[in-house]
Amino acid sequence: MTAMTRDETQALILEVLEAYPDKARKDRAKHLAVNDQSIEQSKKCITSNRKSLPGVMTVRGCAYAGSKGVVWGPIKDMVHISHGPVGCGQYSRAGRRNYYVGHTGINTFGTMNFTSDFQEKDIVFGGDKKLAKLIDEIEQLFPLSKGLSVQSECPIGLIGDDIEAVSKKKGKELNKPIVPVRCEGFRGVSQSLGHHIANDAIRDWVIGNRDGDDSFPTTPYDVAVIGDYNIGGDAWASRILLEEMGLRVVAQWSGDGTLSEMELTPKVKLNLIHCYRSMNYISRHMEEKYGIPWMEYNFFGPTKIAESLRKIAAFFDETIQANAEKVIAKYEAEYSAIIAKYRPRLEGKRVMLYVGGLRPRHVIGAYEDLGMEVVGTGYEFAHNDDYDRTMKEMGNATLLYDDVTGYEFEEFVKKIKPDLIGSGIKEKYIFQKMGVPFRQMHSWDYSGPYHGYDGFAIFARDMDMTINNPCWKSMQAPWLKAADSESQTLAA
Amino acid sequence: MISDLAHGLHNRCRASIHLTLATAESQETEIMAIRQCAIYGKGGIGKSTTTQNLVAGLAEIGKKVMIVGCDPKADSTRLILHAKAQNSIMEMAAEAGSVEDLELEDVLKVGYRDIKCVESGGPEPGVGCAGRGVITAINFLEEEGAYSDDLDFVFYDVLGDVVCGGFAMPIRENKAQEIYIVCSGEMMAMYAANNIAKGIVKYASSGSVRLAGLICNSRNTAREDELIMELARQLGTQMIHFVPRDNVVQRAEIRRMTVIEYDPTAKQAQEYRDLAQKIVDNKMFVIPKPITMEALEDLLMEFGLMDGEDESIIGKTAAEEAVA
Repeated sequence: MTAMTRDETQALILEVLEAYPDKARKDRAKHLAVNDQSIEQSKKCITSNRKSLPGVMTVRGCAYAGSKGVVWGPIKDMVHISHGPVGCGQYSRAGRRNYYVGHTGINTFGTMNFTSDFQEKDIVFGGDKKLAKLIDEIEQLFPLSKGLSVQSECPIGLIGDDIEAVSKKKGKELNKPIVPVRCEGFRGVSQSLGHHIANDAIRDWVIGNRDGDDSFPTTPYDVAVIGDYNIGGDAWASRILLEEMGLRVVAQWSGDGTLSEMELTPKVKLNLIHCYRSMNYISRHMEEKYGIPWMEYNFFGPTKIAESLRKIAAFFDETIQANAEKVIAKYEAEYSAIIAKYRPRLEGKRVMLYVGGLRPRHVIGAYEDLGMEVVGTGYEFAHNDDYDRTMKEMGNATLLYDDVTGYEFEEFVKKIKPDLIGSGIKEKYIFQKMGVPFRQMHSWDYSGPYHGYDGFAIFARDMDMTINNPCWKSMQAPWLKAADSESQTLAA
Repeated sequence: MISDLAHGLHNRCRASIHLTLATAESQETEIMAIRQCAIYGKGGIGKSTTTQNLVAGLAEIGKKVMIVGCDPKADSTRLILHAKAQNSIMEMAAEAGSVEDLELEDVLKVGYRDIKCVESGGPEPGVGCAGRGVITAINFLEEEGAYSDDLDFVFYDVLGDVVCGGFAMPIRENKAQEIYIVCSGEMMAMYAANNIAKGIVKYASSGSVRLAGLICNSRNTAREDELIMELARQLGTQMIHFVPRDNVVQRAEIRRMTVIEYDPTAKQAQEYRDLAQKIVDNKMFVIPKPITMEALEDLLMEFGLMDGEDESIIGKTAAEEAVA
């Protein structure tokens, strides 16, 4: 299928919207757009970060998911308490593949679930005493934890528990940071507000902890990696490139990260942001308070990696700049071989994406390196600044969909007929059953890393083995196939 | 053969479903036989005192009554039980671990003339969720069969302000069908009464709850009876009784007793007996017509409880007024 024109894409949107009742159609129309690279501000063509409509299938999460699941959860040497009834913590336990090193249950706690397991009496009489007791028990059982965070589930906000007071009192007693986070799930329209609330909690309870303490020896080449959650080891595949060019990575936020790294971040010279959506807030804060510049980078695919390495190096001296070139040169043979191997197998394949924070735009370059084209993309919980950035990456007349509904996504796929869909577990089996090759782009389908040059090799292999998997030729039952060819023979 | 079996199973299932339905129906008619009444009104107006005294009056004429206190303060049954404050359902549940660990006899106490008493209980002010406590407690009573067949009346004594859904629990489907609002001839008490009437309208439209009357608990303000009768008329209900002010109520309360028990010969005891009899005989159950703020203010002005609004003084400080 050849690329769609602007009018065709617009007609497709209208056709899909047709099924909705008036009010829903009016609302959903604002979230669907035909990309136009000439538009500077996305707000002129797409609406985002609004409440999902009741009755549609949305895959959005909640503020608790944004804070506990995304921002705080990966901080490995802290215990994160899911404060409230048991389900929120238990059914999200170890759900993200934030790899980390350490001895779980001894000095790291990433895949464990800590919950206050609220009962009726805790709702009626308040849970503050239980929280205090729980903190004491955690301290007794896991004395090597470096700190705790209290991740509020919905009831905490409803009954007005004073988790700040408990955190302060217990923090003093234990001489450890205890961070109360007001990330009740009902707040905001998606997990996005949870990221913001989590960032604010870091700002208020962590960032300033080492102000006026100069005992940490700094270098002119100190940087922090912000917004890399180390899915399948992404952050590791990223930091080696930075280290090879002579920078010192002081902190990883928050994949494989530690409390101490977060506390040291205000000492760095530059903050490097991968996931802008979930951590731009804290980066802006550090810029304001400590004058630390921040920049967005993209380590998906050799083109974007080289671009980013040069951009990062430009913040430093000539040695670093020369090193960046050396790093790019060093990996050239490797990534050229990958492109040579996979590009012929993937050339011209068309991809539709629907993911979360940064990937709907960040992976476009990596696909393009393999000769593929992203023809549709969208975010679960983006804001306008995300679409501002996306519109430059996407081709003209491609399709943009914000908080896409299950129905819309299926209809778009039926009409656009992409060769690959990259989205999440909730979409995976629907599209696979429709016979469309699918990759999970949240969890890397239990593969990865995809970041860095090492990651690109795995990314290319995974896309190839998905798209060119022989199973897609077996979508039709043999007896139906026979009937088909028979009728063709008859016709001929 | 298999289909026969399936058929048999199907029939059996139908039979058991039929049986369940029948039980549910008969239970419902039994519950319907109990008159369930909720007492609402502004905080401090005398709901608990009035409820216990009138319930004593009902007990005296042989009615079987249960009082369900729906207030975290748990002071709805002290005059009946001669106790400071009864152990509440939520308190006991917290001690036992959960409400499922409780038995009815742990929380249901019997006092003066076999009046059954329970308190929902709840947290101290400023923590937790008292509304959830009421919901949990009432569900517990239902599940444990506290609403037994021999009861004639259940009275819910509810916290002054219906601040959230929990405190509306007693007037939801299959609970209290009659609501009595305790009020007096004071401005705020009447505001509160009108607001409660608004709440009743909401639940009346979806269920069978009705306003059954205003109980005027006198504060000895001027023309109080006329005023409350007029308010009742405008709300579409009645002033079911005017309870005069009498110090014997306080004297009895100090002894943790109702007037009827403390001094059966007192004039006030007769007032509560009259109120009790009027409630027994009451047939006037209405969906109230809450009045507008303007209408309420007009009424208050008519009876001299409020001055006419002087637009020229609004937003003026004392200093500004002095200059003018």
